[in-house]
Amino acid sequence: MAEKEIDKLSGVETTGHEWDGLKELNNPLPRWWLWVFYATVVWSVIYWILMPSWPMLTDYTRGIRGQSQRAVVMQEVDALKTLRAEKGAGLADADLAEIQQTPAMLEFAMANGRSAFGDNCAPCHGSGGGGFKGYPNLNDDAWLWGGSLDDIHQTLLYGIRSDHDETRFGDMPAFGRDELLTPDEVFDVANYVHSLAGMDTAADANLEEGKTLYMDNCAVCHGDEGKGMREVGAPNLTDGIWMYGSDLDTIVDGINNGRGAVMPAWVDRLDPVTLKSLAVYTHSLGGGE
Amino acid sequence: MATSHQAKSFTASEGGVIALLLVCVLFSLLIAAKTHDPTMAFHAWLGLAAAGIGAFAVFNGYFKRTHNVPEEIDGKPNYQMGPVKLATVASVFWGVAGFLVGLIIALQLAWPSLNLDLPWTSFGRLRPLHTSAVIFAFGGNVLLASSFYVVQRTCRARAAGGLWPWFVVWGYNFFIVIAGTGYILGITQSKEYAEPEWYADLWLTVVWVIYLLVFLATLWKRKEPHIYVANWFYLAFIVTIAMLHLVNNATVPVSLTEPKSYIVWSGVQDAMTQWWYGHNAVGFFLTAGFLAIMYYFVPKRAERPVYSYRLSIVHFWSLIFLYIWAGPHHLHYTSTPQWAQTLGMTFSIMLWMPSWGGMINGLMTLSGAWDKLRTDPVLRMLVVSVAFYGMSTFEGPLMSIRAVNSLSHYTDWTIGHVHSGALGWVGFVSFGAIYCLVPWLWNKKQLYSLKLVNWHFWIATIGIVLYITSMWVSGIMQGLMWRAYTSLGFLEYSFIETVEAMHPFYIIRAIGGLLFVIGALIMVYNLWMTVRHGEYAEEEVGHPTAVQPAE
Repeated sequence: MAEKEIDKLSGVETTGHEWDGLKELNNPLPRWWLWVFYATVVWSVIYWILMPSWPMLTDYTRGIRGQSQRAVVMQEVDALKTLRAEKGAGLADADLAEIQQTPAMLEFAMANGRSAFGDNCAPCHGSGGGGFKGYPNLNDDAWLWGGSLDDIHQTLLYGIRSDHDETRFGDMPAFGRDELLTPDEVFDVANYVHSLAGMDTAADANLEEGKTLYMDNCAVCHGDEGKGMREVGAPNLTDGIWMYGSDLDTIVDGINNGRGAVMPAWVDRLDPVTLKSLAVYTHSLGGGE
Repeated sequence: MATSHQAKSFTASEGGVIALLLVCVLFSLLIAAKTHDPTMAFHAWLGLAAAGIGAFAVFNGYFKRTHNVPEEIDGKPNYQMGPVKLATVASVFWGVAGFLVGLIIALQLAWPSLNLDLPWTSFGRLRPLHTSAVIFAFGGNVLLASSFYVVQRTCRARAAGGLWPWFVVWGYNFFIVIAGTGYILGITQSKEYAEPEWYADLWLTVVWVIYLLVFLATLWKRKEPHIYVANWFYLAFIVTIAMLHLVNNATVPVSLTEPKSYIVWSGVQDAMTQWWYGHNAVGFFLTAGFLAIMYYFVPKRAERPVYSYRLSIVHFWSLIFLYIWAGPHHLHYTSTPQWAQTLGMTFSIMLWMPSWGGMINGLMTLSGAWDKLRTDPVLRMLVVSVAFYGMSTFEGPLMSIRAVNSLSHYTDWTIGHVHSGALGWVGFVSFGAIYCLVPWLWNKKQLYSLKLVNWHFWIATIGIVLYITSMWVSGIMQGLMWRAYTSLGFLEYSFIETVEAMHPFYIIRAIGGLLFVIGALIMVYNLWMTVRHGEYAEEEVGHPTAVQPAE
């Protein structure tokens, strides 16, 4: 063991230990360090006395403030519910048009709708309702199932091709996959659809044949002129608005494999006032009828 | 026996390592033959190859050597530096790999399409790859290298166990390979920082227990009357990690030939166990272990005595006693009982000064040698690491306060906090130690270039500052946006709006990460040149060539 010695630079004695050339000074604990440490201990003891802290055999010390995070949460949730009930008074019993025409109710519905839209609808329809491939744009005038307040509300409540009994339902068959049409026939129909929308058609397409096939197979839902039919959610093929894309390959794919986009039913997930608010909010996005 | 240069015998450690490896060969073969899971089969074949090559290497070593390895040569301890070198090289390799993966996932957060739409490169798989690579692969190898180095030198004794230290380093790195390839291929038990499945956990247990035994046996045969403070911290780290690992990974495999297992804890108990583990991985892996590094390398490099022996005792015991209770602060405002949250929080507050004891001892050791910071960038790196340690161990208790946590929890603030500790403290203290170790281990007079160390220091420091500040701003903004209500009682912002608002800060964070990676690459070049072209040192290394203090 090395001898205790006085470190020349600091004038402090070493402990007399040495390892691999390393020594230690025998400095005391810094006073401020010790006092702050004591202070944190005292603070903790006070906190234990005030708040729920130590577990016992069958219970825990509740603390003299009697605070409970569960109770606090319930209070805050209740306060929020009360605030919303007060600000949104009347919405529960009002019909949609009435909400839209009463400024106070409209303000509440728009705030409620915007909030609910951002966390529930935006993942598919986009935060501005602009849609994505396969998910319709809610800002334009094209509505597959109708764009009135009641239509939108109905869609929100029960969804489209959802698992709810009241769901909106329409079925675009897989004409190619199920061999209802041959590949050549699908090609001709797709070109005819292109021509309906005023788009270029392939030189080798037989449009006459395409039209015949269209009338036999498609017109029942999409209409003789291709204007669509809201009762079954069949889109208008002539308005230049395409949910999946307008190029010929995409249309061929749609005819071959069918389409069947799904929107969930929200009736069991969101409260009635929020659903009404969402209908009003969505209606206001730009395309409401 | 120790000093006999003539005798050559088949040692117990050679026999033991070979026996263990042959058992591994058998098990691997069995699993490879039986399993239906292609990844587990791949791991079994890897295990088979590694154990086979290992057994062959041990045999080969035996036939090649002419005598038993002496404990001492000319009265000086014959230190076993091979495993230290291996772990040092491994730490640098895994470090760069882990930082790179971190950069990639930082870029993915800014531009999600960079996940390439492939399962193997998705964020969910690369994130554990990053955390495990930097904590366990980089940090773990730095701890292995430095602990084997420090315990030998401060005990004046060759490492105990013959070949077992070699086994520990190779075995640990094999665990890293199994864990990392498992993540990429989709094997995980989904516990944060403890993702490897049961068979990897079992292997790590074997390696870790042997590590503990080697460390204890080396302490046992020390030639010094006292145990140096760094070794207390290493021992606390090794023992506690063993305990945490065993309890948190208590799982029941669905079959011995399938990777999937179920944890025995459930619900709140599982959450409590997980964060008891998670927080103490921070406390005992990233704090106690790296404080041990600080306690050896700072006084060594500064050539000054440790500031206060008494402080080291008091802060050691208070740190290890208090740290172990702080875990529930990760579960504030959850279904964890409030009393547990209170205890987690108050123990975190009381932990503040015990943590700072290490900072004070590190910084005050510099008293009388502060001028060296101007001339020695390695020492500067070590000292700045201690400063970052002080900052994050203040921020930690602050964030554990429930009211503060209600704002910071689940936000990027946490990520920033973790990285001020990880990049600033763990990263820099490791770089400092590696810069010291490499010339000592390879008998070089000095590093190839101190100027490059200086570049590394500044580039990485700027990177850390960008990282932390961007995450502070982004995290606090995120927390405030989440809790903002309109006067009608609705959330002001939807979740996606908060994500959009964070985008610029994600880019700044990625730039910070890029700078950190660049710094590490400069280090790799510098170390490579030191080993390949550094000037050979005639004298015994390990007593660093002093950088002349500025007059």
